[in-house]
Amino acid sequence: MSKHFKLKRGLDIRLKGGAETVLGSVSQIRTVALKPTDFPGLTPKLKVKADMQVKAGDALFFDKYHPEILFSSPVSGTVKAVNRGERRKILEIVVESDGKMESLAFTKADPSVLSREQVKTHLLQSGLWPFLKQRPYGILAKPADVPKHIFISCFDSAPLAPDYSFILKGQEKMLQSGINALAKLTDGKVFLGLRDGDAGFFGQLKNVETNIFSGPHPAGVVGIQIHQVSPINKNEIVWTINLLDVLFIGRLFETGKIDMRKIVALTGSEVNTPKYYPTILGGCLENVLVNNTKKEVKERIISGNVLTGTKVEQDDYLGFFDHQLTVIPEGDNYEFMGWADPGFNKFTASKAFFSKLFPKKSYTLDANLHGGERAFVLSGQYEKYLPMDILPVYLLKAILANDIDKMEELGIYEIVEEDLALCEYACTSKIKVQDIVRQGLDLMMKELG
Amino acid sequence: MKFIQKFFEDTKPHVQKGAKYHWLHSVHDGVFTLFFVPKHTSNSGSHIHDFIDLKRTMGLVVFALLPALLMGMYNTGYQHFAAVGELSGVGFWDIFLYGFLRVLPVIMVSYIVGLGIEFVFAQLRGHEIQEGFLVSGMLIPMIMPINTPLWMTAIATAFSVVFVKEVFGGTGMNIWNPALVARAFVFFAYPSQMSGESVWVSLGGKQAIDGFSGATPMAEAAAGQPNIDVWNSFIGLIPGSIGETSTLAILIGAAILVITGIGSWKIIVSTFAGGAVMGLILNYFAGDNAYMALPFWEHFIIGGFAFGAVFMATDPVSGTQTERGKWIYGFLIGILAILIRVVNPAYPEGMMLAILLMNTFAPLVDHYVVEGSIKKRLKRIKVKA
Repeated sequence: MSKHFKLKRGLDIRLKGGAETVLGSVSQIRTVALKPTDFPGLTPKLKVKADMQVKAGDALFFDKYHPEILFSSPVSGTVKAVNRGERRKILEIVVESDGKMESLAFTKADPSVLSREQVKTHLLQSGLWPFLKQRPYGILAKPADVPKHIFISCFDSAPLAPDYSFILKGQEKMLQSGINALAKLTDGKVFLGLRDGDAGFFGQLKNVETNIFSGPHPAGVVGIQIHQVSPINKNEIVWTINLLDVLFIGRLFETGKIDMRKIVALTGSEVNTPKYYPTILGGCLENVLVNNTKKEVKERIISGNVLTGTKVEQDDYLGFFDHQLTVIPEGDNYEFMGWADPGFNKFTASKAFFSKLFPKKSYTLDANLHGGERAFVLSGQYEKYLPMDILPVYLLKAILANDIDKMEELGIYEIVEEDLALCEYACTSKIKVQDIVRQGLDLMMKELG
Repeated sequence: MKFIQKFFEDTKPHVQKGAKYHWLHSVHDGVFTLFFVPKHTSNSGSHIHDFIDLKRTMGLVVFALLPALLMGMYNTGYQHFAAVGELSGVGFWDIFLYGFLRVLPVIMVSYIVGLGIEFVFAQLRGHEIQEGFLVSGMLIPMIMPINTPLWMTAIATAFSVVFVKEVFGGTGMNIWNPALVARAFVFFAYPSQMSGESVWVSLGGKQAIDGFSGATPMAEAAAGQPNIDVWNSFIGLIPGSIGETSTLAILIGAAILVITGIGSWKIIVSTFAGGAVMGLILNYFAGDNAYMALPFWEHFIIGGFAFGAVFMATDPVSGTQTERGKWIYGFLIGILAILIRVVNPAYPEGMMLAILLMNTFAPLVDHYVVEGSIKKRLKRIKVKA
């Protein structure tokens, strides 16, 4: 019997440009890239050089401190370039596809009869391990750990988020196989968080324990679900994985091949006809974006959603964990007396604009900060958007003060950046909440290992 | 609009570091951002940000203060003409204009002195000018008696901006409400000029009529002869500090603050609740003490109780910052304000001291709320172990 969690706190930001559940078509994807910068705290070591031939599943790089964690090529072809940034930091490894999608051969197996070690080896060797994230800290899962539980959210509640039921339609068998594999990795349970009234077929998945969540964003954020179901205490480890990425694992066990094709939602107010497009993990965005954006104003392209995504350019590559592209106006212009505007057209989390009177309307929001950065002035604001039993402002202040004991006491283990993204959106003082959270998590890792 | 934008953009290079007018940098930035919301876009974290910013927030508080300010101006004129016995011969606009001309210089002094110091500090520290003083600068004139000399207002403002705000780090860092400290400064530094009955009504050089006292209802009550004209007290036609007299106008301001979500309704409600509870307790022990026997709701319409509860106690920086703490904080302010008012004859207005005292204790209240949250988390581990 699944439990029902009714969350009150949060906010659904009503943006224009939600994707219609239709699959568009794109030209063949020529280049893909893996970006080590998608993994917080990772120190990558290269396994390939430019011009080397690779197959899908061949490792491109590995984790310096956990050499068994491999990051493999999503396609077969030639390594085109290793792009580096300042101090020779590896930014991306670009592979040019030969269009054949040849994969290394892995053993085809029913994960439910494999041992934990066998499943682990499978995931590590195929390069699918990096989809697993560890909490606390929101970093790569460590193969030596056995997590208390594994949590998977079965819906995304972020603005303009992709519809999981649409993307995963007809993939029940693969998904179940992936979940069976994950279940081997923990002594606890695999928890699925379902959306109230819209559980899709996810409610029928086996080998899991389901919980139902209702309420506004961030109800679909896995960190919020963990907090409701079984909050993380000191010295505990849980793992999380995106449901859409479980599909890759399922395919591996079902077919013995690496198949990194995925579906991405192209959304946002600057998209001509927002819908879904097929692509590949790390696929070049050009294929999806070309001729599909309005080009009326300066555009900001985001790999991911507007709250937690990464700013990218049209010739960039899809982020490792991203299943959504959002295009919004950049908004880098001055606004005359903007703070005194009655604001009929300004969506707000506060109640300080007249837009509050139109609870159904959708809005175009740009990337402007709409004000200068200030100290914490207002109180009680963040709490409204964080359905956790945590005092966010006190926790953030403890992070700014580098006070490790206080951070621990106030619940740093339970959060990662995305949990507080909505607070950052709503903040009157324009405080960079997610940066501060990451700073705190990095400090904890450094001090406590 | 374009030419203003062009002016600021063109002059910007001249105030950059190393340029000739760098010492004007903060002023340039402050005025520019007042006219134009900057074009900065998000470069990390969330890509979208709410339209609300501190300018909007503070602007709304000032907007909420306007009804009380306008009523205060009218009342200043009304008290003047009543005191000199010419009330029957003047019209609405005459009355308002007199008050307007008397109050305007106080507002100007407060803003010029306060903002001047803020500009200097912002420049010295190399950060942006923050909006906090927009509200403080309006609050200070509104809680001063009308006959406070301008130089006193100037000194009090300077004192509070420097020693209550800037030494702690500016907007968002102060422990006490800067406007209230300015009032307390005048109250304690110039007791001989600031007490008595001559400070509340502007005579404008004219002779008062026979029988004019100029005493506030609070002073009369403290002297043991409460004589409250309920209707006039509610509307605001009684002697008192400029902005505090009209309970009606303050309630309109409170509605604006609560509807826009800027002011904490929890603090406002709990302050009135605390006042009511203390009023009832005093009633019970009143005996033949007329002030103690005063119905609790009459306390709300005299003196600065309503103004303090709505505009001072709700200051998010100097008040408690936890939601549970807000209930405790407001309730204690209400209790203390009425207690000081009635029981301590040396301080006829208890609200100022009650809020300052609770400002001081707000971190303590928050401390225990935070400890409560920490204990809950520790308990979770113990239950498991």
